[in-house]
Amino acid sequence: MWAMILKEFRQLRRDRRTLAMMILMPVLLLVVLGYAASFDVSSIAVAASGPQASTVAGALPRTFHVVAAENTQGRGWAQDQLRDGNAVVAVVTGGARPVVLIDGTQLFAARAALTALAGQAAQSGQARSGQAAQSGQAAQSEPGTSQVALQTAASQVHVLYNPKLATSDIMIPGLAGVVLVFIGTIITSLGVVRERQSGTLEQLAVMPLRSRDVFLGKITPYFAVAAADLAIVLVVGVAIFGVPFRGSLLVFGLGALLFLFVTLGIGVLISSVSQNQGQAIQLAVMTLLPQVLLSGLIFPLSSIVAGVRWIAYLLPLTYFNEISRGVMLRAEPIGALWQPFLYLTLLGAVIVTLASLRFRRYLAPARSRRAA
Amino acid sequence: MTGRPDGPVTSPGTRADTGDWGTDEISVLYQGRLALDKITLRAVAGQLTAVVGGDGAGKTTLLRCLAGVLAPASGHVRRPPARQIGYLSAGSGTYPDLTVQENLDFRASAYGLSSVQAREQSGDLLGRAGLDAARDRLAGQLSGGMRQKLGVIAAMLTSPRLLVLDEPTTGVDPVSRSGLWWLIARAAADGCAVVLATTYLDEAERAAAVLALDDGRELAAGTPDQIIAAVPGTLRSVAGRPPGSDEQRAWRRGGRWRVWDPPQPASGAGQPIQPDLQDAVTVAALARELRLAGSLR
Repeated sequence: MWAMILKEFRQLRRDRRTLAMMILMPVLLLVVLGYAASFDVSSIAVAASGPQASTVAGALPRTFHVVAAENTQGRGWAQDQLRDGNAVVAVVTGGARPVVLIDGTQLFAARAALTALAGQAAQSGQARSGQAAQSGQAAQSEPGTSQVALQTAASQVHVLYNPKLATSDIMIPGLAGVVLVFIGTIITSLGVVRERQSGTLEQLAVMPLRSRDVFLGKITPYFAVAAADLAIVLVVGVAIFGVPFRGSLLVFGLGALLFLFVTLGIGVLISSVSQNQGQAIQLAVMTLLPQVLLSGLIFPLSSIVAGVRWIAYLLPLTYFNEISRGVMLRAEPIGALWQPFLYLTLLGAVIVTLASLRFRRYLAPARSRRAA
Repeated sequence: MTGRPDGPVTSPGTRADTGDWGTDEISVLYQGRLALDKITLRAVAGQLTAVVGGDGAGKTTLLRCLAGVLAPASGHVRRPPARQIGYLSAGSGTYPDLTVQENLDFRASAYGLSSVQAREQSGDLLGRAGLDAARDRLAGQLSGGMRQKLGVIAAMLTSPRLLVLDEPTTGVDPVSRSGLWWLIARAAADGCAVVLATTYLDEAERAAAVLALDDGRELAAGTPDQIIAAVPGTLRSVAGRPPGSDEQRAWRRGGRWRVWDPPQPASGAGQPIQPDLQDAVTVAALARELRLAGSLR
């Protein structure tokens, strides 16, 4: 047994990447998760519309902060703010009682908003009884801040897009992204490394194929399989879990296409720096874990500490989540999704360029540095 | 998806146009070490050139440069366009999870062969290699010898002008080796310039030209006869391990010992013999070693 232990230690010592991962990964994960793992929502973005929009800010509990207020706009504008992801809560004033709209796709923020509003309603109920007993005065025609607060507490609350606040409704669009990451990153990186391990990479290097052809030829089948997987996940999500698909299939497809391109690029990039399939899996897992944990799939982005949150903005799944949830649940149009589309495109351009350059060197050093 | 720039890696109007490929004084650095030191190799159309040497001599590196997998740090490589090169890397270079026929189909498609050409060529080569019955078997399920044969015929599929084979017969049983040699000899007879690396010096004797490498340096080059004729001093065959200073110039061959005497020293006991290629390369390596150690001028 001693011989075996010694041999394993020697092998482990030489496999520096595995060793580093075994030691650093738990520390890294603990630190990142420690800061990221929070369902607490401390700030809820609010859009207010209607004649008393400007007074809403002072009427809401502290957790809420108004990001947009339009005295001349009505419910349509307020609803658009939620649909486009600009706010989690919209308060529409002007009626007998304000209407509070909550975006149910922001699950934890929506729950926090409901809890806060319920708390405020309870407090207002007590305050109203006290006020009536003391003064017995009639309500003014132009209510002040305290009165808006009372009215807001007594408002009608509507949860939009995910009225039951169902977890599956928000998880499945995100899980579709995880499936794509899995296929795109892990399977692709393994497929490319297998060429090196089986000794066929050298054959490809001398064949009359351009690096670009090998690159595209290699990723296209994975692309097709991942696209089929995505379709299956969507059909299962809609048919079995009852997840709505309210938006444009075309916009969703475009987002998925971009996202898939990025993940396949990451897969090729990983394979080009891996000597064997074991190393490729390790690296792929290192890219997969942060995407699952930090992309907003599980923990709300707003709950992640700012010092760690910036990592989320480097992860393609963060943007795909925004697109898939936006399109599927809120029917968000492409115009409102320009930011995730733009960032995904930028990420794709950087990663795919790096991947193809690395792949070219990986495939045939002689091509990049021809014999004189 | 074919169409990689096909320009030959050589200047126009050179010997390459006539099928005279090879390397001119190429050097390769690998992990800070000189893996090849100014190596020149000629690969002539219709001729088989063997690159011999022990493990780590630089055979694979040289062949990789010739095939275009690796770029030398200095020197010049003359090779035809990629479409006209057939290359078998160390190992069979075939996909274990594709059938024999699928492996050949992929190769044919990558080289832009028409389906008719591909069928004809692969049928012919499978027949010659005795792999007809195995065409629907997965390459990973073939025996080592059959897999090597598949690798060789895959490299020959496009009727290349330059065929580069890295140890095609290593680990192959004698019967399969003979079959492989027949295939390789046919390619040379059809006008292809064949360069193969081997550790078997008896095989190398069949080549028209031999380049012996040792530690990335040229040890000997020429036809087998030229290399044998260039052996300096004399070679003796003795029954037992030679005593004293002779021991450092001796090696076992079969049941007897060979002792090499440099040109000057007096001969010891034993019967003088005519060296073969194996002896010649061994003497060249020994002479170099002794020269480096300072015991031979």
